[in-house]
Amino acid sequence: MAEEVKVFGAWGSPFSRRVELALQLKGVQYEYIEEDVHKNKSPLLLKYNPVHKKVPVLLHNGKPIAESLVILEYIEETWKGNPILPEDPYDRAMARFWAKFIDEKCLPAIWKAGWSPESEREKPVEEACECLKTLESALGGKRFFGGDKVGMVDIAANFIGYWLRLIQEVTGMELLSAEKFPELFKWTDEFVSCSVVKGSLPPRDKLLAFFKARIAETMD
Amino acid sequence: MAVVKLFGAWTSPYFYRVIWALKLKGIPYECIEEDLLNKSPLLLQYNPVHKKIPVLVHDGKPICESTIIPQYIEEIWPQPSLLPSDPYERAMARFWIKFADDKLILLALSPSISKMYRASGEEQEKAVKYILEMLETMEDHGLIGGKKFFGGDKISMVDMAFGAVAHWLGVIEDAAGLKIFEAHKFPRLQSWIQNFKEVPIIKENLTDRDKMFALLKRRREMLLASK
Repeated sequence: MAEEVKVFGAWGSPFSRRVELALQLKGVQYEYIEEDVHKNKSPLLLKYNPVHKKVPVLLHNGKPIAESLVILEYIEETWKGNPILPEDPYDRAMARFWAKFIDEKCLPAIWKAGWSPESEREKPVEEACECLKTLESALGGKRFFGGDKVGMVDIAANFIGYWLRLIQEVTGMELLSAEKFPELFKWTDEFVSCSVVKGSLPPRDKLLAFFKARIAETMD
Repeated sequence: MAVVKLFGAWTSPYFYRVIWALKLKGIPYECIEEDLLNKSPLLLQYNPVHKKIPVLVHDGKPICESTIIPQYIEEIWPQPSLLPSDPYERAMARFWIKFADDKLILLALSPSISKMYRASGEEQEKAVKYILEMLETMEDHGLIGGKKFFGGDKISMVDMAFGAVAHWLGVIEDAAGLKIFEAHKFPRLQSWIQNFKEVPIIKENLTDRDKMFALLKRRREMLLASK
Protein backbone atom coordinates (compact mmCIF):
# COMPACT_ATOMS: atom_id res chain seq x y z
CA MET A 1 0.00 0.00 0.00
CA ALA A 2 1.36 3.41 -0.88
CA GLU A 3 2.15 5.52 2.10
CA GLU A 4 0.18 8.73 2.40
CA VAL A 5 2.00 11.63 3.99
CA LYS A 6 0.54 15.13 4.07
CA VAL A 7 1.71 18.30 5.74
CA PHE A 8 -0.68 21.11 6.60
CA GLY A 9 1.44 24.21 6.89
CA ALA A 10 1.86 27.92 6.28
CA TRP A 11 4.53 29.15 3.90
CA GLY A 12 6.08 31.61 6.34
CA SER A 13 5.87 29.51 9.47
CA PRO A 14 9.17 28.23 10.87
CA PHE A 15 7.21 25.54 12.70
CA SER A 16 5.69 24.00 9.60
CA ARG A 17 9.03 24.39 7.75
CA ARG A 18 10.64 22.30 10.52
CA VAL A 19 8.42 19.38 9.58
CA GLU A 20 9.10 19.78 5.87
CA LEU A 21 12.85 19.95 6.51
CA ALA A 22 12.81 16.73 8.53
CA LEU A 23 10.81 14.91 5.84
CA GLN A 24 13.11 16.21 3.11
CA LEU A 25 16.23 15.22 5.08
CA LYS A 26 14.88 11.68 5.24
CA GLY A 27 13.77 11.63 1.62
CA VAL A 28 10.09 11.14 2.45
CA GLN A 29 7.59 12.10 -0.26
CA TYR A 30 4.70 14.18 0.99
CA GLU A 31 1.85 16.35 -0.18
CA TYR A 32 1.86 19.89 1.10
CA ILE A 33 -1.34 21.75 1.87
CA GLU A 34 -1.09 25.51 2.41
CA GLU A 35 -3.34 26.88 5.13
CA ASP A 36 -4.49 30.47 5.38
CA VAL A 37 -3.75 30.67 9.07
CA HIS A 38 -4.53 34.34 9.51
CA LYS A 39 -7.94 34.53 8.00
CA ASN A 40 -9.40 31.22 6.97
CA LYS A 41 -8.31 27.92 8.47
CA SER A 42 -9.71 24.93 6.64
CA PRO A 43 -12.29 22.62 8.25
CA LEU A 44 -9.80 19.79 7.77
CA LEU A 45 -7.15 21.57 9.85
CA LEU A 46 -9.65 22.23 12.62
CA LYS A 47 -10.66 18.58 12.50
CA TYR A 48 -7.07 17.34 12.63
CA ASN A 49 -5.91 19.74 15.35
CA PRO A 50 -8.98 20.49 17.43
CA VAL A 51 -7.00 21.32 20.56
CA HIS A 52 -4.75 24.06 19.15
CA LYS A 53 -6.19 24.68 15.65
CA LYS A 54 -2.69 25.40 14.36
CA VAL A 55 -0.18 24.34 11.75
CA PRO A 56 1.80 22.25 11.31
CA VAL A 57 -0.13 19.01 11.24
CA LEU A 58 1.35 15.86 9.81
CA LEU A 59 -1.11 13.36 8.42
CA HIS A 60 0.32 9.87 8.03
CA ASN A 61 -2.00 7.29 6.49
CA GLY A 62 -4.95 9.32 7.72
CA LYS A 63 -3.73 9.81 11.27
CA PRO A 64 -2.97 13.39 12.38
CA ILE A 65 -0.14 14.57 14.62
CA ALA A 66 0.22 18.14 15.85
CA GLU A 67 3.05 20.14 17.52
CA SER A 68 6.22 20.46 15.47
CA LEU A 69 8.63 18.89 17.98
CA VAL A 70 6.25 15.99 18.58
CA ILE A 71 6.02 15.54 14.81
CA LEU A 72 9.84 15.55 14.52
CA GLU A 73 10.08 12.73 17.07
CA TYR A 74 7.44 10.77 15.16
CA ILE A 75 9.24 11.31 11.86
CA GLU A 76 12.46 10.10 13.48
CA GLU A 77 10.80 6.92 14.77
CA THR A 78 8.95 6.17 11.55
CA TRP A 79 11.58 6.82 8.87
CA LYS A 80 14.92 5.53 10.06
CA GLY A 81 17.25 6.94 7.36
CA ASN A 82 19.40 10.02 8.15
CA PRO A 83 18.68 10.12 11.88
CA ILE A 84 18.08 13.54 13.40
CA LEU A 85 18.55 12.41 16.99
CA PRO A 86 21.77 10.94 18.44
CA GLU A 87 21.88 7.28 19.41
CA ASP A 88 23.15 7.71 22.93
CA PRO A 89 20.28 8.27 25.45
CA TYR A 90 22.14 11.02 27.28
CA ASP A 91 22.85 12.91 24.07
CA ARG A 92 19.21 12.45 23.07
CA ALA A 93 18.11 13.95 26.38
CA MET A 94 20.41 16.92 25.74
CA ALA A 95 19.02 17.38 22.21
CA ARG A 96 15.47 17.38 23.61
CA PHE A 97 16.57 19.84 26.29
CA TRP A 98 17.91 22.32 23.76
CA ALA A 99 14.95 21.97 21.41
CA LYS A 100 12.64 22.73 24.35
CA PHE A 101 14.85 25.66 25.40
CA ILE A 102 14.59 27.12 21.91
CA ASP A 103 10.81 26.88 21.87
CA GLU A 104 10.11 27.97 25.43
CA LYS A 105 12.76 30.61 26.00
CA CYS A 106 14.58 31.69 22.84
CA LEU A 107 11.76 32.16 20.40
CA PRO A 108 9.42 34.12 22.71
CA ALA A 109 12.33 36.33 23.79
CA ILE A 110 13.42 37.00 20.21
CA TRP A 111 9.88 37.61 19.04
CA LYS A 112 9.29 40.10 21.85
CA ALA A 113 12.55 41.90 21.13
CA GLY A 114 11.89 42.01 17.41
CA TRP A 115 8.45 43.55 17.63
CA SER A 116 9.03 45.93 20.54
CA PRO A 117 8.94 49.59 19.56
CA GLU A 118 12.45 51.01 19.39
CA SER A 119 12.02 53.00 22.59
CA GLU A 120 11.12 49.88 24.58
CA ARG A 121 13.62 47.58 23.01
CA GLU A 122 16.51 47.58 25.46
CA LYS A 123 15.35 45.08 28.05
CA PRO A 124 13.76 42.58 25.61
CA VAL A 125 16.92 42.66 23.50
CA GLU A 126 19.04 42.03 26.59
CA GLU A 127 16.92 39.03 27.51
CA ALA A 128 17.00 37.68 23.98
CA CYS A 129 20.79 38.05 23.96
CA GLU A 130 21.01 36.02 27.16
CA CYS A 131 19.08 33.24 25.43
CA LEU A 132 21.29 33.34 22.37
CA LYS A 133 24.40 33.27 24.52
CA THR A 134 23.11 30.17 26.33
CA LEU A 135 22.15 28.52 23.07
CA GLU A 136 25.56 29.27 21.60
CA SER A 137 27.13 27.29 24.44
CA ALA A 138 25.29 24.20 23.16
CA LEU A 139 27.25 24.36 19.90
CA GLY A 140 30.51 23.69 21.73
CA GLY A 141 32.67 24.23 18.67
CA LYS A 142 30.67 21.86 16.47
CA ARG A 143 29.59 22.67 12.95
CA PHE A 144 25.95 21.93 13.73
CA PHE A 145 24.11 21.34 17.01
CA GLY A 146 23.75 17.78 15.76
CA GLY A 147 27.51 17.41 15.17
CA ASP A 148 28.61 16.95 11.56
CA LYS A 149 25.09 16.84 10.28
CA VAL A 150 21.89 18.79 10.78
CA GLY A 151 19.92 17.31 13.70
CA MET A 152 16.78 18.00 15.66
CA VAL A 153 18.21 21.01 17.50
CA ASP A 154 19.36 22.60 14.23
CA ILE A 155 15.89 22.04 12.80
CA ALA A 156 14.29 23.50 15.93
CA ALA A 157 16.62 26.51 15.64
CA ASN A 158 15.57 27.20 12.04
CA PHE A 159 13.97 30.49 13.07
CA ILE A 160 17.30 31.69 14.42
CA GLY A 161 19.11 30.36 11.38
CA TYR A 162 17.02 32.23 8.82
CA TRP A 163 14.00 34.21 9.97
CA LEU A 164 15.88 36.21 12.62
CA ARG A 165 18.30 37.84 10.20
CA LEU A 166 15.43 38.96 8.00
CA ILE A 167 13.59 40.41 11.01
CA GLN A 168 16.77 42.25 11.95
CA GLU A 169 16.99 43.70 8.46
CA VAL A 170 13.43 44.95 8.59
CA THR A 171 13.31 46.26 12.17
CA GLY A 172 16.86 47.54 12.49
CA MET A 173 17.21 45.54 15.70
CA GLU A 174 20.58 43.96 16.17
CA LEU A 175 20.46 40.76 18.10
CA LEU A 176 22.53 38.13 16.35
CA SER A 177 25.77 39.49 14.95
CA ALA A 178 29.14 38.01 14.13
CA GLU A 179 30.73 40.22 16.79
CA LYS A 180 28.41 39.28 19.63
CA PHE A 181 27.91 35.59 18.84
CA PRO A 182 30.63 34.45 16.45
CA GLU A 183 29.94 30.74 16.79
CA LEU A 184 26.18 31.02 16.50
CA PHE A 185 26.49 33.42 13.58
CA LYS A 186 28.76 30.98 11.79
CA TRP A 187 26.20 28.26 12.46
CA THR A 188 23.48 30.31 10.71
CA ASP A 189 25.67 30.41 7.58
CA GLU A 190 26.33 26.68 7.75
CA PHE A 191 22.65 26.02 8.28
CA VAL A 192 21.31 28.03 5.35
CA SER A 193 24.04 26.80 2.99
CA CYS A 194 23.08 23.20 3.59
CA SER A 195 21.41 22.10 0.35
CA VAL A 196 18.44 20.35 1.94
CA VAL A 197 17.87 23.25 4.29
CA LYS A 198 18.03 25.77 1.45
CA GLY A 199 15.21 23.98 -0.29
CA SER A 200 13.06 24.07 2.82
CA LEU A 201 13.17 27.82 3.43
CA PRO A 202 10.51 30.36 2.44
CA PRO A 203 11.55 32.82 -0.30
CA ARG A 204 13.54 35.72 1.12
CA ASP A 205 11.74 38.54 -0.68
CA LYS A 206 8.30 37.21 0.16
CA LEU A 207 9.22 36.92 3.85
CA LEU A 208 10.79 40.39 3.93
CA ALA A 209 7.64 41.84 2.37
CA PHE A 210 5.53 40.01 4.93
CA PHE A 211 7.53 41.42 7.85
CA LYS A 212 7.49 44.93 6.40
CA ALA A 213 3.72 44.75 6.03
CA ARG A 214 3.42 43.57 9.60
CA ILE A 215 5.42 46.51 10.88
CA ALA A 216 3.31 48.90 8.82
CA GLU A 217 0.18 47.37 10.35
CA THR A 218 1.42 47.77 13.89
CA MET A 219 2.32 51.40 13.24
CA ASP A 220 -1.23 52.34 12.23
CA MET B 1 26.54 0.04 39.38
CA ALA B 2 25.82 3.56 38.30
CA VAL B 3 24.34 5.78 40.92
CA VAL B 4 21.09 7.68 40.40
CA LYS B 5 20.53 10.89 42.30
CA LEU B 6 17.45 13.07 42.14
CA PHE B 7 17.37 16.71 43.19
CA GLY B 8 13.89 17.88 44.08
CA ALA B 9 11.53 19.67 46.42
CA TRP B 10 8.68 18.04 48.33
CA THR B 11 6.08 20.54 47.16
CA SER B 12 6.72 20.14 43.45
CA PRO B 13 4.52 18.07 41.11
CA TYR B 14 7.38 18.23 38.58
CA PHE B 15 9.62 16.44 41.08
CA TYR B 16 6.99 13.76 41.57
CA ARG B 17 6.79 13.10 37.82
CA VAL B 18 10.30 11.72 38.10
CA ILE B 19 9.81 9.94 41.43
CA TRP B 20 6.87 8.04 39.99
CA ALA B 21 8.85 7.03 36.90
CA LEU B 22 11.76 5.77 39.01
CA LYS B 23 9.56 3.92 41.48
CA LEU B 24 7.30 2.36 38.85
CA LYS B 25 10.42 0.94 37.25
CA GLY B 26 11.94 -0.11 40.57
CA ILE B 27 15.06 2.00 40.13
CA PRO B 28 16.85 2.80 43.39
CA TYR B 29 17.90 6.42 43.78
CA GLU B 30 19.20 8.89 46.31
CA CYS B 31 16.97 11.88 46.92
CA ILE B 32 18.41 15.32 47.60
CA GLU B 33 15.90 17.81 48.94
CA GLU B 34 16.50 21.38 47.76
CA ASP B 35 15.43 24.52 49.56
CA LEU B 36 14.06 26.47 46.59
CA LEU B 37 14.72 29.76 48.34
CA ASN B 38 18.33 28.78 48.91
CA LYS B 39 19.46 26.55 46.07
CA SER B 40 22.59 24.50 46.54
CA PRO B 41 25.75 25.16 44.50
CA LEU B 42 25.48 21.58 43.22
CA LEU B 43 22.01 22.18 41.76
CA LEU B 44 23.17 25.38 40.09
CA GLN B 45 26.11 23.48 38.66
CA TYR B 46 23.89 20.68 37.34
CA ASN B 47 21.20 22.95 35.91
CA PRO B 48 22.93 26.20 35.02
CA VAL B 49 20.40 27.12 32.34
CA HIS B 50 17.20 26.99 34.38
CA LYS B 51 18.49 26.53 37.96
CA LYS B 52 15.45 24.41 38.76
CA ILE B 53 14.46 21.05 40.11
CA PRO B 54 14.03 18.25 39.28
CA VAL B 55 17.46 17.22 38.08
CA LEU B 56 18.40 13.58 37.65
CA VAL B 57 22.07 12.77 37.89
CA HIS B 58 22.95 9.41 36.39
CA ASP B 59 26.51 8.26 36.51
CA GLY B 60 27.55 11.85 37.26
CA LYS B 61 25.71 13.28 34.25
CA PRO B 62 22.81 15.67 34.86
CA ILE B 63 19.51 15.56 32.98
CA CYS B 64 16.99 18.37 33.43
CA GLU B 65 13.29 18.99 32.72
CA SER B 66 10.62 16.79 34.25
CA THR B 67 9.24 15.69 30.88
CA ILE B 68 12.65 14.90 29.41
CA ILE B 69 13.96 12.95 32.41
CA PRO B 70 11.25 10.24 32.24
CA GLN B 71 12.00 9.74 28.52
CA TYR B 72 15.66 9.26 29.41
CA ILE B 73 14.69 6.83 32.16
CA GLU B 74 12.48 4.96 29.68
CA GLU B 75 15.38 4.57 27.25
CA ILE B 76 17.85 3.33 29.86
CA TRP B 77 15.40 1.13 31.79
CA PRO B 78 12.69 0.14 29.28
CA GLN B 79 10.67 -2.14 31.57
CA PRO B 80 7.99 -1.78 32.67
CA SER B 81 7.33 0.65 29.87
CA LEU B 82 5.79 4.05 30.53
CA LEU B 83 5.23 5.00 26.89
CA PRO B 84 3.21 3.14 24.26
CA SER B 85 5.21 1.01 21.82
CA ASP B 86 3.30 2.13 18.72
CA PRO B 87 4.89 5.28 17.20
CA TYR B 88 1.53 6.98 16.60
CA GLU B 89 0.39 6.35 20.17
CA ARG B 90 3.76 7.62 21.37
CA ALA B 91 3.22 10.80 19.36
CA MET B 92 -0.18 11.22 21.02
CA ALA B 93 1.47 10.69 24.42
CA ARG B 94 4.12 13.33 23.64
CA PHE B 95 1.41 15.73 22.45
CA TRP B 96 -0.40 15.48 25.79
CA ILE B 97 2.80 15.62 27.80
CA LYS B 98 3.64 18.91 26.06
CA PHE B 99 0.10 20.16 26.66
CA ALA B 100 0.43 19.34 30.37
CA ASP B 101 3.77 21.10 30.53
CA ASP B 102 2.52 24.24 28.79
CA LYS B 103 -0.72 24.54 30.74
CA LEU B 104 0.25 23.47 34.22
CA ILE B 105 2.59 26.38 34.70
CA LEU B 106 -0.17 28.06 36.68
CA LEU B 107 -0.22 25.24 39.19
CA ALA B 108 3.50 25.45 39.76
CA LEU B 109 4.05 26.30 43.35
CA SER B 110 7.13 28.44 43.01
CA PRO B 111 6.39 31.86 44.45
CA SER B 112 7.04 33.70 41.24
CA ILE B 113 4.61 31.71 39.12
CA SER B 114 1.38 30.61 40.66
CA LYS B 115 -1.33 33.20 40.26
CA MET B 116 -4.01 30.96 41.59
CA TYR B 117 -3.39 31.30 45.25
CA ARG B 118 -1.21 34.40 45.10
CA ALA B 119 -3.52 36.81 43.42
CA SER B 120 -7.03 37.99 43.96
CA GLY B 121 -9.62 39.78 41.90
CA GLU B 122 -9.09 40.03 38.16
CA GLU B 123 -5.68 38.38 38.09
CA GLN B 124 -6.98 35.36 39.92
CA GLU B 125 -10.09 35.23 37.73
CA LYS B 126 -7.94 35.05 34.63
CA ALA B 127 -5.89 32.24 36.13
CA VAL B 128 -9.04 30.32 37.04
CA LYS B 129 -10.45 30.70 33.52
CA TYR B 130 -7.21 29.42 32.08
CA ILE B 131 -7.24 26.35 34.33
CA LEU B 132 -10.88 25.63 33.46
CA GLU B 133 -10.05 25.70 29.76
CA MET B 134 -7.25 23.24 30.37
CA LEU B 135 -9.56 20.90 32.29
CA GLU B 136 -12.18 21.11 29.53
CA THR B 137 -9.64 20.17 26.90
CA MET B 138 -8.44 17.24 28.96
CA GLU B 139 -12.04 16.10 29.44
CA ASP B 140 -13.22 16.60 25.85
CA HIS B 141 -10.13 15.59 23.91
CA GLY B 142 -7.67 13.77 26.15
CA LEU B 143 -9.95 11.27 27.81
CA ILE B 144 -12.48 10.45 25.11
CA GLY B 145 -13.48 6.82 24.81
CA GLY B 146 -13.82 6.21 28.52
CA LYS B 147 -10.18 5.28 28.94
CA LYS B 148 -8.89 4.35 32.35
CA PHE B 149 -5.69 6.32 31.84
CA PHE B 150 -4.62 8.79 29.14
CA GLY B 151 -2.79 6.02 27.29
CA GLY B 152 -5.44 3.31 27.72
CA ASP B 153 -5.37 0.58 30.32
CA LYS B 154 -1.92 1.19 31.69
CA ILE B 155 -0.51 4.17 33.52
CA SER B 156 2.01 6.13 31.43
CA MET B 157 4.11 9.27 31.43
CA VAL B 158 1.07 11.26 30.29
CA ASP B 159 -0.83 10.52 33.48
CA MET B 160 2.24 11.44 35.50
CA ALA B 161 2.60 14.69 33.56
CA PHE B 162 -0.93 15.59 34.68
CA GLY B 163 -0.27 14.56 38.28
CA ALA B 164 -0.67 18.16 39.45
CA VAL B 165 -4.33 18.05 38.44
CA ALA B 166 -4.95 14.85 40.40
CA HIS B 167 -3.48 16.01 43.69
CA TRP B 168 -2.05 19.53 43.80
CA LEU B 169 -5.02 21.33 42.25
CA GLY B 170 -7.30 20.40 45.15
CA VAL B 171 -4.88 21.72 47.77
CA ILE B 172 -4.40 24.97 45.88
CA GLU B 173 -8.16 25.39 45.56
CA ASP B 174 -8.58 24.97 49.29
CA ALA B 175 -5.74 27.33 50.17
CA ALA B 176 -7.04 29.98 47.79
CA GLY B 177 -10.67 29.49 48.77
CA LEU B 178 -11.64 28.52 45.23
CA LYS B 179 -13.70 25.77 43.69
CA ILE B 180 -12.58 25.16 40.13
CA PHE B 181 -12.82 21.44 39.61
CA GLU B 182 -16.40 20.26 40.01
CA ALA B 183 -16.63 16.48 39.63
CA HIS B 184 -20.05 16.49 37.97
CA LYS B 185 -18.78 18.81 35.23
CA PHE B 186 -15.75 16.63 34.52
CA PRO B 187 -16.86 13.00 34.88
CA ARG B 188 -14.03 11.52 32.81
CA LEU B 189 -11.42 13.54 34.66
CA GLN B 190 -12.95 12.56 37.97
CA SER B 191 -12.65 8.87 37.01
CA TRP B 192 -9.11 9.40 35.84
CA ILE B 193 -8.12 11.08 39.11
CA GLN B 194 -9.47 8.12 41.06
CA ASN B 195 -7.78 5.58 38.78
CA PHE B 196 -4.51 7.47 38.97
CA LYS B 197 -4.46 7.79 42.73
CA GLU B 198 -5.37 4.14 43.21
CA VAL B 199 -2.19 2.94 41.52
CA PRO B 200 -0.17 1.76 44.55
CA ILE B 201 3.09 3.55 43.65
CA ILE B 202 1.17 6.81 43.11
CA LYS B 203 -0.90 6.39 46.27
CA GLU B 204 2.23 5.86 48.36
CA ASN B 205 4.08 8.76 46.76
CA LEU B 206 2.02 11.89 46.98
CA THR B 207 3.08 15.00 48.77
CA ASP B 208 1.63 15.46 52.25
CA ARG B 209 -1.64 17.31 51.67
CA ASP B 210 -1.99 18.88 55.12
CA LYS B 211 1.61 20.04 55.20
CA MET B 212 1.23 21.62 51.76
CA PHE B 213 -2.10 23.23 52.60
CA ALA B 214 -0.56 24.84 55.67
CA LEU B 215 2.36 26.13 53.61
CA LEU B 216 0.20 27.56 50.83
CA LYS B 217 -2.21 29.16 53.26
CA ARG B 218 0.66 30.83 55.08
CA ARG B 219 2.20 32.05 51.82
CA ARG B 220 -1.10 33.40 50.54
CA GLU B 221 -1.75 35.29 53.75
CA MET B 222 1.71 36.81 53.65
CA LEU B 223 1.36 37.81 50.01
CA LEU B 224 -2.07 39.37 50.38
CA ALA B 225 -0.98 41.19 53.53
CA SER B 226 1.98 42.71 51.77
CA LYS B 227 -0.17 44.24 49.01
